[in-house]
Amino acid sequence: MSPASAPAVRARAVLPGFRLTLGTTVLYLSIIVLIPIIALVLTGAGIGPGRLWAIITAPRTLASLRITITAAAIATVINAVYGLLMAWVLVRYRFPGRRLLDALMDIPFALPTAVAGLSLTALYSANGWFGAVLEPLGLQIVYTLGGIVLAMSFTSIPFVVRAVQPVLEELDPALEQAAASLGSRGFTTFRRVVFPAIMPAWLGGVTTSFARSLGEFGAVVFIAGNLPFKTEIASLLAYIRLEEYDYEGAAAIALVLMVLALVLLFVSNMVQLRAARYGAVTA
Amino acid sequence: MTRVLLIGAAFVLTAVLVVVPLVYIFVQALSAGWGAYVANILDPGTLHAIWLTTLVAVIVVPVTVAFGIAAAWLLSKFTFPGRGLLITLIELPFSISPIIAGICYLLLYGRQGYLGGWLAQNDITILFALPGIVMVTMFVTTPFVVREVLPLMQAQGSDQEQAAVTLGAGGWQVFRRVTLPNIRWALLYGAVLTTARAVGEFGGVAVVSGSIRGKTNTLPLQVELLFNDLNVVGAFAAATVLTLIALVVLVAKTVLERRAGRH
Repeated sequence: MSPASAPAVRARAVLPGFRLTLGTTVLYLSIIVLIPIIALVLTGAGIGPGRLWAIITAPRTLASLRITITAAAIATVINAVYGLLMAWVLVRYRFPGRRLLDALMDIPFALPTAVAGLSLTALYSANGWFGAVLEPLGLQIVYTLGGIVLAMSFTSIPFVVRAVQPVLEELDPALEQAAASLGSRGFTTFRRVVFPAIMPAWLGGVTTSFARSLGEFGAVVFIAGNLPFKTEIASLLAYIRLEEYDYEGAAAIALVLMVLALVLLFVSNMVQLRAARYGAVTA
Repeated sequence: MTRVLLIGAAFVLTAVLVVVPLVYIFVQALSAGWGAYVANILDPGTLHAIWLTTLVAVIVVPVTVAFGIAAAWLLSKFTFPGRGLLITLIELPFSISPIIAGICYLLLYGRQGYLGGWLAQNDITILFALPGIVMVTMFVTTPFVVREVLPLMQAQGSDQEQAAVTLGAGGWQVFRRVTLPNIRWALLYGAVLTTARAVGEFGGVAVVSGSIRGKTNTLPLQVELLFNDLNVVGAFAAATVLTLIALVVLVAKTVLERRAGRH
């Protein structure tokens, strides 16, 4: 993995630097990414299938997985609608404040999740601006599933917007004009012409948003209250197992979450691959 | 009519979901007055957390940038078996929750981990210390620079570099004189995103740092610690530092995007 002498490199390819960059990349990825992940997989394998199954199907683990998946699903539905609205408004309309609105979409990525969690918790607690209005109406957000949903949707806001925006920008307006000339009106045109074209990108954004919500930790721990069987998410349970020195328990839950994330990554890639193919056919 | 309705909805929803939570950070931090705010920032624990977070970013960002350049050069200039696997490995940290990354590190470097015994024998400390925090932050930020630089280098092709080599330029010279001017804005953009992520990382660092007060507490962990101590105003004061960094990052991002668009 040492840098090769120049003549040896030139013999391999026209451009130099193959061995040096390959060595650097492989070394970095091995130490930082691959070996730690292998450690998790090995630990999982060491636990054995029977014990692994017992940990995963323990009532508290199952409850935490159910809460995580439910909250992530609701948060994703919110972002799917809000993200589509924002992408449409930002691409199709020109109005004062549009650039600011566009820049604001990046706040949830730039802001550390712990800060988001802190602010949302204070805002929606009984003496916060929003909580003071909502709690007398019987709507408790903090320390409930609603709080988890709120934190998850905040931290994954940009995914859908940023996935749909470029595709909507590329969309040929002639298609919509043709639909309009054939008598199609507003929403029908959107449903029959625009939406099918942006759907793969939208679904890709929705999938990443869901994956991110499943793994969200920083924002959720502040607002959830973290009661076992009620508002305890899976990644927090893994963290608690670590603090109890139950490394097998932590590893088992982490493995489940990692497999879920990888399946979603695969699905997202498939959707985008189909989108690329679809685009190639129509162009 | 639809237009006005949709734009109105976009403004109202964004105000409720994004703007108010952002403004509320400063409102809360200053709720006890400027004097208390300054005192909270100057709290030794918070000051130490600011210093540690800066130190982590100062180490992580240059390493990630160097890695990003090497990986982008490798993946854009050469085809070789295993190329797809490397791309998958680079993208992986983006889909794996940081807390899982932290657990992986604990299982590898922890006292009962695979390398734990060997590390103890050789007196090397990784976990619950700076090296662990730095490494898990690198895990999380692995894709950030490559993602910005690689598409650009692929789009630009290798013709210019090949011409330079033909004219007798060495590898380093080609990179510095030909490639770097073409990718500098994307590279800077990647570095900015890496900085934001490195400064704000919570889950992964929470696992590997041990959150030792005044020792291994980064700024996001300090926010949580103060919040758990019921020092809400102090937590918000610490949070404003992170929020200001986030806002600077956003401005830098907007400027860089405009510059990149012009080139």
